[in-house]
Amino acid sequence: MTALLSFKDVWVEYGDKIVLEQINLTIEEGAFVSVIGPSGAGKSSLLRLALGQEAPSRGTLMLDGVPLPPECGPDRGVVFQHYSVFPHLTALGNVMFGLECAQSPLLAKLTGAARRQAREEAVAMLEEVGLKDAMHSYPAQMSGGMQQRLAIAQALIKRPRILLLDEPFGALDPGIRNDMHQLITRLWTDYELTVIMVTHDIGEAFKLGTRVLTLDKWRHDPHAPHRYGAKVVYDIPLERNKQESLSEEADAQPLSIAPDDAGITIDRFDNN
Amino acid sequence: MRWVNRHVSRSRSVMMGAIPIVLLVVLYLVIAAERHAANPSDKILPLPGAMVDAMWGLLFVPDQLSGRLLFWADTLASLQRLFLGLGISTLSALLVGLLLGLLPPVRATFGTLVTGIAVIPPIALLPILFIAFGLGETAKVALIVIGIAPFMIRDIAGHVAALPREQILKAQTLGASTWQLMIRVALPQVLPRLIEAVRLSLGPAWVFLISAEAIAADIGLGYRIFLVRRYLAMDVILPYVAWIALLAAVLDMILVWTNRKAFPWAHGGRR
Repeated sequence: MTALLSFKDVWVEYGDKIVLEQINLTIEEGAFVSVIGPSGAGKSSLLRLALGQEAPSRGTLMLDGVPLPPECGPDRGVVFQHYSVFPHLTALGNVMFGLECAQSPLLAKLTGAARRQAREEAVAMLEEVGLKDAMHSYPAQMSGGMQQRLAIAQALIKRPRILLLDEPFGALDPGIRNDMHQLITRLWTDYELTVIMVTHDIGEAFKLGTRVLTLDKWRHDPHAPHRYGAKVVYDIPLERNKQESLSEEADAQPLSIAPDDAGITIDRFDNN
Repeated sequence: MRWVNRHVSRSRSVMMGAIPIVLLVVLYLVIAAERHAANPSDKILPLPGAMVDAMWGLLFVPDQLSGRLLFWADTLASLQRLFLGLGISTLSALLVGLLLGLLPPVRATFGTLVTGIAVIPPIALLPILFIAFGLGETAKVALIVIGIAPFMIRDIAGHVAALPREQILKAQTLGASTWQLMIRVALPQVLPRLIEAVRLSLGPAWVFLISAEAIAADIGLGYRIFLVRRYLAMDVILPYVAWIALLAAVLDMILVWTNRKAFPWAHGGRR
C-alpha cells in the first residue's frame, strides 16, 4: 500500500467563509474511500480539490508525490450525479471520446486501423458495464442507471489513477442502485482502482468503502457560524470490506456495521 | 373538459389552421367587390383578376428597359442579399459565440463590446453603412449582418456558457484540450441552437433587407414594393408581400426539418 493522493494541511475558504480546514489525509492506492457528512460540510469541495477543479486556499495536494495542478487531467476520472455524459454522442461515441482525444490532438477523430482498435476497446468497456446492446443509443434514450454506467465506462477507458464519484447513485431508485453497487465493486476489484466517493447515503458508504471519512464542523460559533470549517471528524477503516470484495462476496453479505453501531451522528449542529 | 386538455389531431389542426386564412381572404374579396361596385377604378383593394394582370407582366414579360423578367430578378437579388447576410452572420455567430462562451478571458475582453453593439438600433447605422460602403450590395448585406449577428452571437455564447460545468470537467478528465473541447463538445451541441437562432433571425433579416432596398437599390423585392407604392399599385404590392411571406415560411420549414433530421440526439433520439 503506497500513498497515492495526500492532502497536507489543506484549507478551502470562499471570502471569509471557511469550508474546509486542516485537512490532512493520505489516500492509499487501491482504497475505496467513502466521504459522508451533512450538506454544506464540504464533501463536494473535497472532491473538487482532488479533481483539480479548485485549488486549495492553503496547503498542498500531492498525487504520486507530485503537487497537483489546479486543473482536471486524464489521471483522475470523474462521475457526477448528472450531466456526466455527452448528449450528442452515442454510448459508443461517449466511450471512444477519451481515446480519440489522446490519439488525435487536432481533430479528436480517428480513422482506419486506429479507429477500429479504439472502437474494439470501447465496445469491450461497454460490455464490461453491461451496455453493449445499447451502444448506438443516445443518452436521451437511456435510463438514469444506464447513463451512470456509461459515465463510468467513459471514465475507466482512460485507466485513471483515481476515480472520483460525486453522489453517483444519488438519483437512482433503490433496485438500480444495488446493481450499481455490485458493478462498481466488481470494477474496483478488476481494475484495481482507487476510488473516492462522496455520498449522502451512509449505508452505501459503509457497504462499498474500505474507509469511511466523515466531514463535519468541529466547532460552532453561533455568532459567526461561517468562521469554522469542516474537518475530518471520523476516519473509519473497514478492512473487512477490502478482503471481502477481493473474494467477491461483498454484495452477498449483510451489513454488520450499521451507521448507528459505529456511533456516528451526522447532523450534530445546524450547519450553516 | 378543460381547454388545456383538448388535444387536436393533426388533420383537424390543418383544417382549423386554414379557417382564419380562408375567412380573411373571403373578407378581403367581399370588401374589394363592394368597393369596385361603387368605383370600378378603385386601386386600394384590387380584385384577383387585376393582380394576375399586373403580375403577369412582371413574371413573364421582359422589362423594356433592362430586358429582365422583373419578378424573378427581384427575387434573385433579394435572396442573394438575404443569404449572404444570413451566412456571414451565422458563421460569425458560431465562431465568436464559441470563443465568447467557452473561454473566460475572451468573454472578459469582448463580452461588453458585443453587448454594446447589440443594443444599437441597426437602422440608425444605415447612413454610416451607405457612406462607408456606397450604395451597392455591400451596404445592404452589412445592414443585415449588423442587424442580426450580435443577437445570434449572444445567443450562441449564452448557450455555450450554459453547457453543464460537469461536461466541461468530464471532457478534461478524458484528456481533451481547449481546442478539442471546442470542436468535439461545444460545437456539435451548439449546432441545433444555431439553426434555431437563424430561424429566429429570419424575421429581422427580412426587415433589414427590405429597409435597405427601400432606401437605395435598383432591384429587389423591397425596392419594387416601394417603387410601385408611388402609383398606389396595390395589385403588385399585395402579391409581392404574399410572395415574401411564402419565401420566409418555406425557409423556416426547411430549417426546422434540417434541425430534426441532422440532430436526432437533441430531440430525444428520434429521427
